[in-house]
Amino acid sequence: MGCSTEDLVAALRAAAEVVIDHRDELVELDRLIGDADHGENLRRGFTAVVSTMDGGGWSGPASVLKAVAKTLISTVGGAAGPLYGTAFLRAGAALDGRAELDAPAVATALRAALDGVLARGKAEPGDKTMVDALTPAVQAAEAAAAQGADVVATLSAAAGAAADGAAATVPLVARKGRASYLGERSAGHLDPGARSTSLLLTALATHAGGAR
Amino acid sequence: MKKIINDPADVVSEALRGMALAHADLLTVRQDPAVIHRDDAPVQGKVALVSGGGSGHEPLHGGFVGPGMLDAAVPGPVFTSPTPDGVQAAIEAVHGGAGVLLIVKNYTGDVLNFETAAEFAAIEGTEVRTVVVDDDVAVKDSLYTAGRRGVAGTVLVEKIVGAAAQRGDDLDACEALARKVVGGTRTLGVALAAGTVPHAGQPGFTLAEDELELGIGIHGEPGRARLPMEPADALVRRLVDAVTEDLPYTAGDEVLLLTNGMGGTPQIELYLAHGIAAELLAARGITVRRHLVGSYVTSLEMQGMSLTLLKLDDELVDLWDAPVRTAALRWGM
Repeated sequence: MGCSTEDLVAALRAAAEVVIDHRDELVELDRLIGDADHGENLRRGFTAVVSTMDGGGWSGPASVLKAVAKTLISTVGGAAGPLYGTAFLRAGAALDGRAELDAPAVATALRAALDGVLARGKAEPGDKTMVDALTPAVQAAEAAAAQGADVVATLSAAAGAAADGAAATVPLVARKGRASYLGERSAGHLDPGARSTSLLLTALATHAGGAR
Repeated sequence: MKKIINDPADVVSEALRGMALAHADLLTVRQDPAVIHRDDAPVQGKVALVSGGGSGHEPLHGGFVGPGMLDAAVPGPVFTSPTPDGVQAAIEAVHGGAGVLLIVKNYTGDVLNFETAAEFAAIEGTEVRTVVVDDDVAVKDSLYTAGRRGVAGTVLVEKIVGAAAQRGDDLDACEALARKVVGGTRTLGVALAAGTVPHAGQPGFTLAEDELELGIGIHGEPGRARLPMEPADALVRRLVDAVTEDLPYTAGDEVLLLTNGMGGTPQIELYLAHGIAAELLAARGITVRRHLVGSYVTSLEMQGMSLTLLKLDDELVDLWDAPVRTAALRWGM
C-alpha cells in the first residue's frame, strides 16, 4: 500500500498538530538542559506548516516536503529551524519525480534527511541530539523496507526506533547544542530534539495510511 | 512570572515599536522579518556590518546600530536566533556595494541561520563574510561542546570593526580585524539568579540564596559549576584568574576591561566589581587602558556579571576611541 501526495499532506498536518500539542512538554525539557525555546519555536514553525498544508496545488511528495522545509527554515529560528528545515529539504529532494511514496522511497527519504542533519549540525550519534533518534529510525526503516513492509509499517518501525533512541539520550552527556555547556550535568535528561523527532515520526506513522 | 508584557508572543514586536519611536533620528525598524538598521542605510561604498541573534540581550544588538558601529541588527524571538529571512532582509537593506560582514555569536542556532542566509546572499551575488565570536572561557574543551560561546566580548568586536568600516577599511581588512579582536578577547560570567523567558514563564534555573553559577552564557542556560556564594573580592578574583590564565594575559599587556551586567545587577555593584578587577590586573602588571562598565550584553533580568578582557594595541585604541552614535553607546559625535 503506497502513500499518495494527499495522504502525505494529511499526515504532515496531523504531525504538525501533534508537535503543537506537545509545546509545553518540549519547552520544559529544553528549560532543564537548554534555553527553554524548543517547544515554542516548533509551535511557531508547525503552526505555519499547517497553513502551508492548506495551500494545495502539490505536484508530488517532493513539492510538499520542500514547502514544509521552506516554512520551517523561515519561521522556527534557533538550531531546530535549519536542522528540521534541512531534513525536510533533503527528504524532498530525494523524492523528486515521484508521484507517490512506497516503502523504499520512505527509507531513502529518511536516509537523505539524516545525511542533511549530519552535514548541517555536525553532530554524531551519542552527542545527545535529534541524531540519536533519527539514526536508529533510518536503520529501522531501511530494514523494514528491505523485508517488504508497506509504508505504514516502515514508518512505524522508524517511529519505534526513534522513540527508543530518544529514551536512550537520557543518560548521555550532551556534546552539541546548548546542553553541551552543562557537561556532566546534562545527563539524566531527555533530549528535546530527540523527543520532537520521535513525536514527528510517530505521528507520521499513525497518519500515513490516510483515511483507508 | 511578573513582567511588563502583554502576550509573550508579542514581546519582541511591541518592544521594537517603542525602540523605533525612541530612536527615530537614528534607526529604521522593520517588522516581519524584524530588522533594525541605520536610517541612512545603505551607506554607499562602506562595508556593512550586520549582527543579530535572539532578543533578550538588550542593548545587544539593536542598541549598537548607528554610525561607527553596526549597519543593521536582526533580532530573533527571545533567546532564539532569527531565521535566514531576517538576516537576508538586513543584508539587502544595508549592502552599500562594498560587501557585508556578519558578526555572529557562537551559538548553534545563530551560526546555522546566519550561515544559511550567507549562502543565499552569495547566490544573489552579494559578497558576505562571517566572523564568529567565541570569547567565553567557561567552555574549556570545545571537543565536547558546541565550542566557546559568544558573549559580552561581542560588543567590543562590533565597536572596533564598526569604526574600521566607518573609516573606509575594505571587507578583507574588516574581516581580518574582526578575527584579531575575537582572538584577543576573553570573557567569563557568573550568575546569582537566572532570568525568565516570557514564553517559558519560569527561570532557566534556580539558585539557592547561598549559591552562584559560574560560567554562564547569555541565554539563561546554566554554567559549568555551582559554587557557594562569596564576597565580591573572592568572586571577582575567580573571574580575573580564569580570564587572564586563558589567553593568557600577562605582565606588560595593555587591555580593555569590560565589566558587564547581565540585566538584573545594579550599576553600583558593577562599579564595585570593576574596581576590584582593575586592581587585581594592576597587581599582575596588566594595564587597563580603556574601561567600559554597564549592562551591554544581558540575559533578560539575570542577576550577575561578566568580565571581559581585550588585548589592546595603538590601532585598537584608536578604533575604540573613534566616534560612535548608537542608542546604547555614544561618544565623539
